[in-house]
Amino acid sequence: MTKKIKNLNLNFGPQHPAAHGVLRLILELDGEVVEKADPHIGLLHRGTEKLIENKTYMQAVPYFDRLDYVAPMNQEHAFALAIEKILKIDVPIRAQYIRVIFCEIGRILSHILNVTTQALDVGALTPSLWGFEERETLMTFYERASGSRLHANYFRAGGVHQDLPAGLEEDIGKFCETFPKIINDLENLLTDNRIFKQRNVDIGLVTKEDALDYSFTGVMIRGSGIPWDLRKSQPYDCYEQLDFKVPVGKNGDCYDRYLCRIEEMKESVSIIKQCLSKIEKGPIKSLDGKISPPSKKEIKQSMEALIHHFKLFTEGFRVPKDEIYTAVEAPKGEFGVYLISDGSSKPYKCKIRAPGFSHLQSMDYLIKGHMLADVPAVLGSLDIVFGEVDR
Amino acid sequence: MNNLIDLEKKINSELTTKINKSEIKHNQLYLEIDKDDLVEVTLFLKTDKDSKFRQLIDITVVDYPEKNQRFKMVYLFLSHEFNQRIILYYFMNEKELINSLTSIFPSANWMEREVFDMYGVNFKDHPDLRRILTDYGFKGHPLRKDFPLTGHTEVRYSEDEKKVISEPVKLEQNYRIFDYESPWEGTDYIKKQTGNNDQKN
Repeated sequence: MTKKIKNLNLNFGPQHPAAHGVLRLILELDGEVVEKADPHIGLLHRGTEKLIENKTYMQAVPYFDRLDYVAPMNQEHAFALAIEKILKIDVPIRAQYIRVIFCEIGRILSHILNVTTQALDVGALTPSLWGFEERETLMTFYERASGSRLHANYFRAGGVHQDLPAGLEEDIGKFCETFPKIINDLENLLTDNRIFKQRNVDIGLVTKEDALDYSFTGVMIRGSGIPWDLRKSQPYDCYEQLDFKVPVGKNGDCYDRYLCRIEEMKESVSIIKQCLSKIEKGPIKSLDGKISPPSKKEIKQSMEALIHHFKLFTEGFRVPKDEIYTAVEAPKGEFGVYLISDGSSKPYKCKIRAPGFSHLQSMDYLIKGHMLADVPAVLGSLDIVFGEVDR
Repeated sequence: MNNLIDLEKKINSELTTKINKSEIKHNQLYLEIDKDDLVEVTLFLKTDKDSKFRQLIDITVVDYPEKNQRFKMVYLFLSHEFNQRIILYYFMNEKELINSLTSIFPSANWMEREVFDMYGVNFKDHPDLRRILTDYGFKGHPLRKDFPLTGHTEVRYSEDEKKVISEPVKLEQNYRIFDYESPWEGTDYIKKQTGNNDQKN
């Protein structure tokens, strides 16, 4: 007698704590082995690109915070750089250091979240409790500089919105002294942990070739052994003057990617320290009155400043006709902005290249043949945030 | 090739008939090709030992509704080996079918699905051309310039029908676009001056 065997279709998400947001994953299972994975995305689609086309350049900045909302300023950075390149304006050195400090803070924010939630997905609770305490400290730094913990809206074309408040540099410096100990604590819990290794080593293997073909960037490509980091290869702002290493994995599995993230956090701390030692007093945004708004004090005293203020906050500055692709090394990979300006004060087209989009696309390739329980582990190591995947 | 100018020369000499226009700006190479040459040019860029554009970064479309050939298809490539970027583009009209890159770059799959969803561009031999970002059962292509910012439908939970329903958008006030540009062009003598300046520049 023959029995008919049918594959089981399983709906994973969109409301599932291990789906890291609103991912709907349709899995085809043969017993406990995944045969096929079909991610359905777009449940957080807000039409960011369409909205940006209808806003002035300055009004478009906050939309970038809402993409990868665990490292908001890194996204703003790409947009600011794109405008600066078209306008050909220089950014004062102090502003460059401030931007790099906050980008690295963003990197640590994102990596803490990813490492600890990945541990949570495979069964370790404590790292997330320890890690989130540090994230809280970092977000207060965001708040003190920009006024809000998450949606910073801090970077501008030509610099940053305002100078750092008194005492913030010292406090960030103090954090850099205490934080490496927390990374060590996390490593003590995870790196040699038997369960963590069983769940991550040799899971979600990516070869070098496939990492290239699937458009992987960031930790996903470095974990597979390709030393590629835009901060080194196509440096922007003051990264050229900073000394840091690019951690590279060997096997391209979830465990290597975890190790890369841990090492990158250590490098970020060293970058922040270097910036703090080099940063000096000075202007924090471009001195061109046609691009950066004047201070309140100037508005009270100068007619020209008042006119600039009025024009900047109604019409906005105009950007000459051009076309450019600018990318930054965001915590999750290459975050790019393909900007087309038409000479008016609004972008004609602003395509956002989110690293998570191409990472999630490879889900089917990564998970095929793995067990159902490996799905959260692989998903965790892809570092998916739906704000940027769905845009 | 280690520098973009050499690369531009090399590409132009190897693919003479296929390149309509090439230009270097912002440290990137912009290439215009014909729609039908896409696969060949991409294969060349990916495999040639002097270019090695092994990564497809993104695919997108720019919509110019007033033009005869409405869409500008844009492909962004990256070469790790030589640390260079290429922006490849061609113009096409709404109804045209274009070749899919999925056989060369598997990552083109979702990128093309997104382009299909957002602009309604159709691809030949794409393995799985479905909508990706918009809702199930969505109609229209939101990133086209003639699609209204507020959209056509809105969804809400209906207490009567006990399910989520979609209805035409009702707004208390329409979305307003303000024109901040001053209609005042200046007095005659200023107009003359600025006219002269423009000529000088």
